Amino acid sequence: MNGAVDLSLIQVVSAYIFIIILLFIVRKRELNIEKEIIIATVRMTVQLILTGFILTYIFKNPNVFITILIVGFMEIFSISNIFKRNKSKLSIELKNVITISMLAGTLLSLLYFLLIVVKIKPWFNPQYLIPLAGMIVGNSMTGISLGINKLIDGVTNQRDMIECSLMLGATPKDACKSIIDNAFDSAILPTINSMVGMGIVFLPGMMTGQILSGSLPLVAIKYQIAIMLGILGSVSITVITFLNLGYKTFFNSRMQLKREG
Amino acid sequence: MFEIKNIKFKGILDIEHLIIPEEKITSIVGESGSGKTTLLKMLNNIISPEEGEILYKEKNINDFDAIELRRKITMLPQNPVIYKGNILDNILVGKKFAKSTDYDIEEIKKLMMEFSIGKDLNSPADNLSGGEKQRLCIIRVLIMNPDVILLDEPSSALDEKTEDKVISYICNYVKQNNKTLVMVTHSSEIAKKYSDHIIEINKRS
Ligand SMILES: Nc1ncnc2c1ncn2[C@@H]1O[C@H](COP(=O)(O)OP(=O)(O)OP(=O)(O)O)[C@@H](O)[C@H]1O
Ligand SMILES: [Mg+2]
Repeated sequence: MNGAVDLSLIQVVSAYIFIIILLFIVRKRELNIEKEIIIATVRMTVQLILTGFILTYIFKNPNVFITILIVGFMEIFSISNIFKRNKSKLSIELKNVITISMLAGTLLSLLYFLLIVVKIKPWFNPQYLIPLAGMIVGNSMTGISLGINKLIDGVTNQRDMIECSLMLGATPKDACKSIIDNAFDSAILPTINSMVGMGIVFLPGMMTGQILSGSLPLVAIKYQIAIMLGILGSVSITVITFLNLGYKTFFNSRMQLKREG
Repeated sequence: MFEIKNIKFKGILDIEHLIIPEEKITSIVGESGSGKTTLLKMLNNIISPEEGEILYKEKNINDFDAIELRRKITMLPQNPVIYKGNILDNILVGKKFAKSTDYDIEEIKKLMMEFSIGKDLNSPADNLSGGEKQRLCIIRVLIMNPDVILLDEPSSALDEKTEDKVISYICNYVKQNNKTLVMVTHSSEIAKKYSDHIIEINKRS
């Protein structure tokens, strides 16, 4: 690899002109979001600089424990993010199911990817593991969030249908089948859609990064294909596990639909 | 058949003792909000009382497998529920839940006629009128061939003539096949005319 052309500090700073333009427009239209824009810009800058230093250190000194720690941190961050972002209140049982599903889906796919698909050495090589984990965890987080919303909406809005099915002797699983199917579809649809547009509408972040840093496009593409499949696998496992365990939290041991509140 | 002992539910229901006899027609009457639906759902084990117990065939209702029980004691909800698909799909949902594929298409056609639903079995169920939907939901319960039929206001959306036709058909069917029927109705005439036994629930304030 010949490496990317490094940017000088001045070149980077000159890119902030876009923020200045945005601030100017915002002020003129009296949109009152200057504060948010400035905070977002500062956060992005500081977070990326910090991450840059941390990653430099970690890549130079590969260490199993630190790498695992970082993946653990990503999981905790994404799971608590799911809890926070969800609009309806999640029961403790549902939170447990979400945690189990996220861990199962992302870790299984990640391990398969590292040990069988890319076979890097050492297996914890942070230069590979960390960005891969980031993509897998991030996409699974988005998928499961959609699944959670659809499941909760379905069970809340279709109480009559679920109870009618139970009255006819349906198992809770059969009573929720249409809701579960629908939730699964909407949870993996964004991932499928991004595969359809892949390479034409946009070059995904990882590939862009690889190409910029000097990889041959064909090498970058092979990675991209593999990672897209890995992401799809992880999203599917996460969402399927979640839905198959999650609907049960709405029923009690007598196969009754729990009352709200 | 059912024996209810000292049940309480959220200040809505408070029944000291009540018996619902086997192979008889029992009507539950009472003003809106008195807890008729709540009681019927308890017999179907869709909800449980907070206190007290419900016996079915001398056994606590919770000692039965809930799903098997609901295939023997099947309930029609107060509001008709229509599933995706055509009329036949909708009639067979209960059969599908029970993983049973044996049904008599002639029997279904006969019921459709008896209940005056003059529509093709393959037409979409969504287009039925409110009253037709209600009758379709009754057929759906009858086709399950349960021992006990629980109907929550089965004729609320029907005119008097159709109501009489439908209820008298159901009652005949119940008598001929030695089944037990428990129905909630707001019509004291229907209750008087057809039932062996009337339970009146009073609103608690
Ligand atoms: N799960 C519940 N928790 C608390 N209150 C409930 C619950 N379900 C129903 N209720 C209330 O209990 C009362 C009785 O409800 P129920 O549906 O049994 O009445 P009903 O006799 O069937 O009335 P209607 O003739 O209008 O159908 C109502 O005031 C209702 O708002
Ligand atoms: Mg009612």
